[in-house]
Amino acid sequence: MMSYGNGMTMVEKIFAARVEQDRLSPGDLVNVKVDLALGNDITAPVAIKEFKRFGLDRVFDPEKIVLVPDHFTPNKDIAAAEQALVLRRFAEDYGLKYYFEVGRMGIEHALLPEQGLVRPGMIIIGADSHTCTYGAIGAFATGVGSTDLAAAMASGEAWFKVPPTIRFEYSGHLPEWVSGKDLILLTIGDIGVDGARYRAMEFAGTAIDTLPMDGRLTMANMAIEAGGKCGYMQPDQITFDYLEGRVAQAYTSVYSDQDAVYEKRYTYDVSNLEPQVAFPPSPDNVYPVSEAKGVKLDQVVIGSCTNGRIDDLRAAASVIRGRKIKKGLRLLVIPATQQIYRQAMDEGLLADFIDAEAAVSTPTCGPCLGGHMGILARGERALATTNRNFVGRMGHPESEVFLSSPAVAAASAVAGTIVHPGEVLS
Amino acid sequence: MILQGRIWLFGDNIDTDAIIAARYLSTTEPRELAAHLMEDIKPDFPGLVQNGDIIVAGNNFGCGSSREHAPLAIKGAGISCVIARSFARIFYRNSINIGLPILECDEDLSGLRAGEDQLKVNFDLGTITHLQSGREYQAAPFPPFMQELISRGGLVEYVKARLEGC
Repeated sequence: MMSYGNGMTMVEKIFAARVEQDRLSPGDLVNVKVDLALGNDITAPVAIKEFKRFGLDRVFDPEKIVLVPDHFTPNKDIAAAEQALVLRRFAEDYGLKYYFEVGRMGIEHALLPEQGLVRPGMIIIGADSHTCTYGAIGAFATGVGSTDLAAAMASGEAWFKVPPTIRFEYSGHLPEWVSGKDLILLTIGDIGVDGARYRAMEFAGTAIDTLPMDGRLTMANMAIEAGGKCGYMQPDQITFDYLEGRVAQAYTSVYSDQDAVYEKRYTYDVSNLEPQVAFPPSPDNVYPVSEAKGVKLDQVVIGSCTNGRIDDLRAAASVIRGRKIKKGLRLLVIPATQQIYRQAMDEGLLADFIDAEAAVSTPTCGPCLGGHMGILARGERALATTNRNFVGRMGHPESEVFLSSPAVAAASAVAGTIVHPGEVLS
Repeated sequence: MILQGRIWLFGDNIDTDAIIAARYLSTTEPRELAAHLMEDIKPDFPGLVQNGDIIVAGNNFGCGSSREHAPLAIKGAGISCVIARSFARIFYRNSINIGLPILECDEDLSGLRAGEDQLKVNFDLGTITHLQSGREYQAAPFPPFMQELISRGGLVEYVKARLEGC
């Protein structure tokens, strides 16, 4: 049902300002300058190949292209090493300011906000579907393919159809052990993997007002899992506090009008929400953790662009501290960036994981997409804090992936079966 | 443009991990990718598919990862066209950008016989004809902007022309 009003949403206003029009509506086509264009070691080699077809000796702006080798790095094999080399050489040849080598890098969608490269009101494209993460900071950010990245590297521009916006309101306050991951899994489970196809997803409500930035990034990150073009929170004090000390440049926050037109509204009272678990083989196959209780696990993965940030590691460590993981199970913990890794070390979180007999890895997307560092054998079952559990996502086509929050993942690693964190701590 | 080919059927929400698994993403060569097309959900598919065949699918085809390797693998296998009830947006964009013909058709084609039935697709009229029965289906027309992208041969040629124009 349409809401009646004349106002515009945050995304409509970001685009309207860019094309210097008073008003834009869903469906309008715009060609805009992008503020950042991102690629990784899987998508950028294809983009670079396409870019060469332009026959240019320069990119549109060497300070607005970001390349992060994070998927198959540290290089998993010779072919991956060759792809990483394509990025490294391109970054050198074209003088890119933001190329993050192994040792400095992190998983791109944790890294860019952390490094202060994302500001409210920006337009960001990335040849990675989880580029939508940056909406948590009040930017318009969306995933594209390699050819789109190539065209943006050449021209600095990209075309978009202004998306209709769906508003998601979460009222009440989150119970203990319930996080941003549970809110977004609940939402995807409700609307389905195409429930927000081509739509902008606006996240709001009292539970969002108090949700820390790491939880917001988790939610925006998984907008794509509902088919969303972007997912966003409007900037507030939590945003400004996060940006403080990271972002030197001035920025203008953009807000949806009070009478903005939304295509649809969903409301959820989350005061009694249980942690959520997505069953294989789809992120919309979601049940409360109580209905997943007892599912036996071979591997647990805590990390990824969805849940590899410091709050995620703190939540996991608070469950696992002083305990051992279940014999016969593997727990992999992957801090998403070098800075998070270092902070987790300083806070003693890595010691908690290692003492529990977890393997702690350098930042990589590795296992999330079945690349390396934790591939599943036939018939094996994993619980992961990642974003997708499609057939074969983490390894053998006959392996299974369940998705949850870091707290549920840590508790389940101790129990050996999927369990509510409260049960492990009691 | 008119295409004709034998069809293969796929369901709803076919994700790009299913189209081409991540373990094969250390190459960008369409022919190499094609050898593993749909492998995890239909292991015999790479051996069955022939030049000119058409993929017919349900809703939200190509959801998930942005990997352009997915339409590249489909193109590399010689698939002439993908018809779906709807496409995920990044896959749609990627297909147009690399010149893989795709069509949205909201009619139910799931009763057709995979590997046997033939469709004739007229892109100018947006019509899809089932050769065995003569039945005609209507596809959604491309917006004018997409038509221009397609007629220029993809995004790179389109942007090249724009850059040279200014």
